Amino acid sequence: MTLRTPLYETHVAAGARMVDFGGWDMPVNYGSQIEEHHGVRRDAGMFDVSHMCVVDLKGARVRDFLRRLLANDVAKLTERGKALYSCMLREDGGIIDDLIVYYIDDQSYRMVVNAGTRDKDIGWLRMHAGGYDVSVEPRLDLAMIAVQGPNARQKAATLLDPAFAARALDLGAFFGTGADGWFVARTGYTGEDGWEIMLPAGEAAGFWARLRAAGVMACGLGARDTLRLEAGMNLYGSDMDETVSPLECGLAWTIAWEPQDRDFIGRGALAGQKARGVPRRQVGLVLADRAVLRSHQKVIVPAIGEGEVTSGTFSPTLERSIGLARVPSQTTDHCEVEIRGRLLPATVVRPPFVRHGKIAVAL
Amino acid sequence: MSNVPAELRYLKSHEWARLESDGTITVGISDHAQQALGDLVFAEVPDAGRRVTAGEACAVVESVKAASDVYSPVSGEVVASNADLGGQPELINQDPYGAGWLMRIRPDDKAQFASMLDAKAYEAALAAETH
Repeated sequence: MTLRTPLYETHVAAGARMVDFGGWDMPVNYGSQIEEHHGVRRDAGMFDVSHMCVVDLKGARVRDFLRRLLANDVAKLTERGKALYSCMLREDGGIIDDLIVYYIDDQSYRMVVNAGTRDKDIGWLRMHAGGYDVSVEPRLDLAMIAVQGPNARQKAATLLDPAFAARALDLGAFFGTGADGWFVARTGYTGEDGWEIMLPAGEAAGFWARLRAAGVMACGLGARDTLRLEAGMNLYGSDMDETVSPLECGLAWTIAWEPQDRDFIGRGALAGQKARGVPRRQVGLVLADRAVLRSHQKVIVPAIGEGEVTSGTFSPTLERSIGLARVPSQTTDHCEVEIRGRLLPATVVRPPFVRHGKIAVAL
Repeated sequence: MSNVPAELRYLKSHEWARLESDGTITVGISDHAQQALGDLVFAEVPDAGRRVTAGEACAVVESVKAASDVYSPVSGEVVASNADLGGQPELINQDPYGAGWLMRIRPDDKAQFASMLDAKAYEAALAAETH
């Protein structure tokens, strides 16, 4: 059976094209995916991301628990509401999931995990939670709407209670704040400013309609993918999975090596990989020719070796094809990609491709 | 719902064809195909003068989401291809049966055109695909 978010009927009524995404029936586009993409870069767009799972973690030792479970260190979170992006690793360094965790208070953290990995993540958390007496509570009663774009916060703020809106507008990047079962965070997956709003499932359809009326464009997962790829953000299941360590997919910055005595799961494997030398690394690619990079295309680095495109698309902002690829670590600034039997030249760049509406790589 | 003009012929693989008064056949992709592909970003069409055979993958249309081969419904010689698609591939989305045409072919045997699906049969094929 396919799962449906509280906004399913809304999407169907709006004429969205629905597809299966990680077991969920989700809107891929409403009209033109490229127009939705530009809508976010230039003004304000919104996404139903209720398929993602909010998990509340509570207990006197919840901090110690998360310092053991996550490769990034929640001890960095000293202000309430502050968020951290992290990988959760297996003992062998493979990535179970990537997630955001919010520091609510000393006994409570909130985590947002991917839809497709939800059951696996909750199982893993619960397996380790017993030793710390931490409760793991998936919040299936919450919906989540991401409003993204340069005007997104201002447009959405008009729909909130004035006192809550003022607090939400004051949030710094990667901070969240809650009231009356709602939680607003200044986070996102597009490379633009905006909020991710968690709210009671029963209020989602009404809020979505009010956002539409306030001039926020409904956007599907298609635009979400082109936006995140332009922003150089990884997609779990494409750019990383349990066979890949954070050192091989551009996420070395999310590993907190200090303090040295913090024994997080996967630390030994990562330290070993680092000491031996990491054979593969993630790069961004820009294609010169009129073709489109797609995941699993073969990358050839002359005289060095081969790699693979992990995500590829047509970038509406660059009007070129862009992608992420895993390649031999010695790769420098050029490679070739095999597309329909031809080898096409690609430039190796450092993502992001686009940041806050502006092209961020040399073309 | 997608638009299936009654006067055209179709392939199950979602190409349409129209017999022109000069005996050539104009080929494109159906409204259903452009909707399924989403925003088109490139189209690679054969040059005039190229020989194609019925069933041959002779053009490629590529959207943000996917690349798709386009099959020639007939054997013959390509006499023209749509140069406007180079700069405006979105014409295929906006007007799949008009400005978004792909190529024109002079068929060796008009019977191949006659053997294509009519609108009714194509609509039935679409219905079967979605159920």
